[in-house]
Amino acid sequence: MSTPLPSTSAAQTGHATFRHFPLNAWFAAAWDHEVGRNLLAKTIAGKPIVMYRTTKGRAVALADACWHRLSPLSMGKLRGEDEIMCGYHGICYDADGRATFMPAQETINPSATVHSYPVVEKYRYVWVWTGDPALADESLVPDLHMNDSPDWAGDGKTIHVNCSYQLIIDNLMDLTHEQFVHGSSIGHESLSESDFEVTHDERTVTVTKWMHGIEPPPFWKRNLQDRFPDYEGLVDRWQIITYTAPSTVTIDVGVAKAGTGAPEGDRSQGVTGTVINTMTPETDSTCFYLWAFARDWCLDKQVITTRLREGVSGVFFEDEVMLEAQQRGIEANPGYDFYNLNIDAGSMWTRRVVQRLIDAERGTDVEETTERAGNAAVAMTAVTEAANAAGANDTPNGTGLAAEVEEGVARHREQPTVGLMGRGL
Amino acid sequence: MAATTHKRWRKARVLDVCEVAEHVRQVVLEPEYLEAPAPPGSHIDIGVYVNGRADIRSYSVVGMGAYGNELMLGVQLARQSRGGSAFMHALRRGQEVQITQPLQNFPLNYGKPGYVLAAGGIGITALVAMGKALKVRGADYRFVYGARSRSLMAFVDDLVAEHGDRMDLRIDADGSSLDVPALVDGVPEGGELYVCGPTPMLDAIKAAWAKAGRRPADLRFETFGSSGRFAPEPFTVKIPRLGLETVVSHDVSMLEALEACGADLMFDCRRGECGLCQVKVLELEGVIDHRDVFLSDAQHEVNDRLQSCVSRVVSPRTGGLSGADGQPAAVTIDVP
Repeated sequence: MSTPLPSTSAAQTGHATFRHFPLNAWFAAAWDHEVGRNLLAKTIAGKPIVMYRTTKGRAVALADACWHRLSPLSMGKLRGEDEIMCGYHGICYDADGRATFMPAQETINPSATVHSYPVVEKYRYVWVWTGDPALADESLVPDLHMNDSPDWAGDGKTIHVNCSYQLIIDNLMDLTHEQFVHGSSIGHESLSESDFEVTHDERTVTVTKWMHGIEPPPFWKRNLQDRFPDYEGLVDRWQIITYTAPSTVTIDVGVAKAGTGAPEGDRSQGVTGTVINTMTPETDSTCFYLWAFARDWCLDKQVITTRLREGVSGVFFEDEVMLEAQQRGIEANPGYDFYNLNIDAGSMWTRRVVQRLIDAERGTDVEETTERAGNAAVAMTAVTEAANAAGANDTPNGTGLAAEVEEGVARHREQPTVGLMGRGL
Repeated sequence: MAATTHKRWRKARVLDVCEVAEHVRQVVLEPEYLEAPAPPGSHIDIGVYVNGRADIRSYSVVGMGAYGNELMLGVQLARQSRGGSAFMHALRRGQEVQITQPLQNFPLNYGKPGYVLAAGGIGITALVAMGKALKVRGADYRFVYGARSRSLMAFVDDLVAEHGDRMDLRIDADGSSLDVPALVDGVPEGGELYVCGPTPMLDAIKAAWAKAGRRPADLRFETFGSSGRFAPEPFTVKIPRLGLETVVSHDVSMLEALEACGADLMFDCRRGECGLCQVKVLELEGVIDHRDVFLSDAQHEVNDRLQSCVSRVVSPRTGGLSGADGQPAAVTIDVP
């Protein structure tokens, strides 16, 4: 092929149509209280899943399609301690997805199983691993401890949004939109005027913004007065946005009396909240948005919990309207693309991180190498080393082919499974 | 037609390459197919090979050929540039290249009370089709075309024949250099000024436009980030936090050089517009040649950040710093 495009797949992720998700990930499928002795059907990352709880309390997520003729198991019913029965021909499955009863025969077909998704309950959510079960590592669940820690109080909801989960991540990674979308509650002109700082590593992206000595917006004035009822003055405000791949964003937000040392780490004269957001793709263009707002002040006041939950709910409705309209806008303009601005840096990094995860599990990651290619490359190294050494002046930091291959092989030995995923299931 | 279009690549055949001025060749391409005629102000992206690497360059569409499906480009051989123009000049009849459909970042607004088109040197390529369109529409316009000498001016005879008195040639060698304040004054109230030319010319016009208190949106220009105040020269870039140091040779961008040595940088437009490849400047030996249109003049002067896709550093001597001896250009940066 003579296609002249340089390998800038990372740049392509800025496109309007970018809305793909990795499968090797924990997605928050539901709040813990939603999963019980009933059948809850949801599509998670394009996979129909039925959830329920065993009588002993274990949360179960099975493929919502009977092994026999693909009828949804969610139309069946619970049976015994931990089983589900298909509503069509009565085939029963246990919590591991193995058939325990077959109609009109005395035996059970050995192949009669449905996939049982790995499930973890953590931080009040039921997390489902949609990819290769061998890789389901509980430590990869994003840290949302504020959602059930005694040092925090809060609550939240789930919104079903008719937009790609990525559009919500974009929205959360760039809070300048607050000035325009949420003018009556948390918006402030300093949001689009202040500089921000972006950092990233392999799985996280952080955007930090400080606004010094500003008039507090109404939402924050009220929160600060919960703790300091008489305070009417200016505040230092912060927004520290942390993205964890593939689809969780926590935002450390708050205000403190201006000049009391909050930027230096002393928040004793302020109030801190954490906006907990985790987005679960349903399809390429729809998602579940599970959010909560946790606070560190007046922990014993349920009235504040309710006020904040309903207040934030109203704010997020404004986002929902804009994001669904944006999704329709993208679909109505198929020949067109985003123009990405400097303010989109945070979202651009999240898209690059996600694209790398997807490339890795599909085995299309150009930075990784398969075992066969790795071995061939090792054999080739001796041959190419001399040539690269001769051209070393052109590549000042030893970034020649040999170095690249060596690095790839080393990485492959460290993580032999990377690049081999994306099969089965 | 303002939103960014998806690029659609297709083959094109080189129909003709001919000299149209000193160091300027007209390249005529016949694309496999064309969805629509190229609108005035549009450009194509073309795949080029530079130093053994596939890369992309952008060239304005000067016009359509007589049969309605050829695209004419004008390319100046820039010896100090990154090598794209040398590739273009080496094209031969019958050769096949890869191009996009015409892309529009510089649309002409119709219905204004008056227009001034101002081209500097090879910048004429972006304005030829606009002049034609304004004439056909019977608009009130003036077409200013400046260069160092007449022999460098591509298409000049055709333009004079086409636009007659409306054509205003400004030639340094003839002592009729462009007078920027007068140029700005000559744009009627509510009218628009379209500019394409080298960075110093664009900077001067932007400054004069602001000084005259004119509406910023009425000054129209586009950028490929390909020219600056100084000719490109090699410089050293260091990222202490990542332990990286490399030399940016004259024919690659700082962004490309950093990518090649393993830095993971964000970018999008690669023409100095979007602000995504911005890096922080920690230390500087030399002068920054800001070639972007993202930062304001005031931000450029602070020199605490630069857009790595287009901006460069030149040595103190090249930059005209007083007391500069022979030390080479170097910059120390941090990246997101």
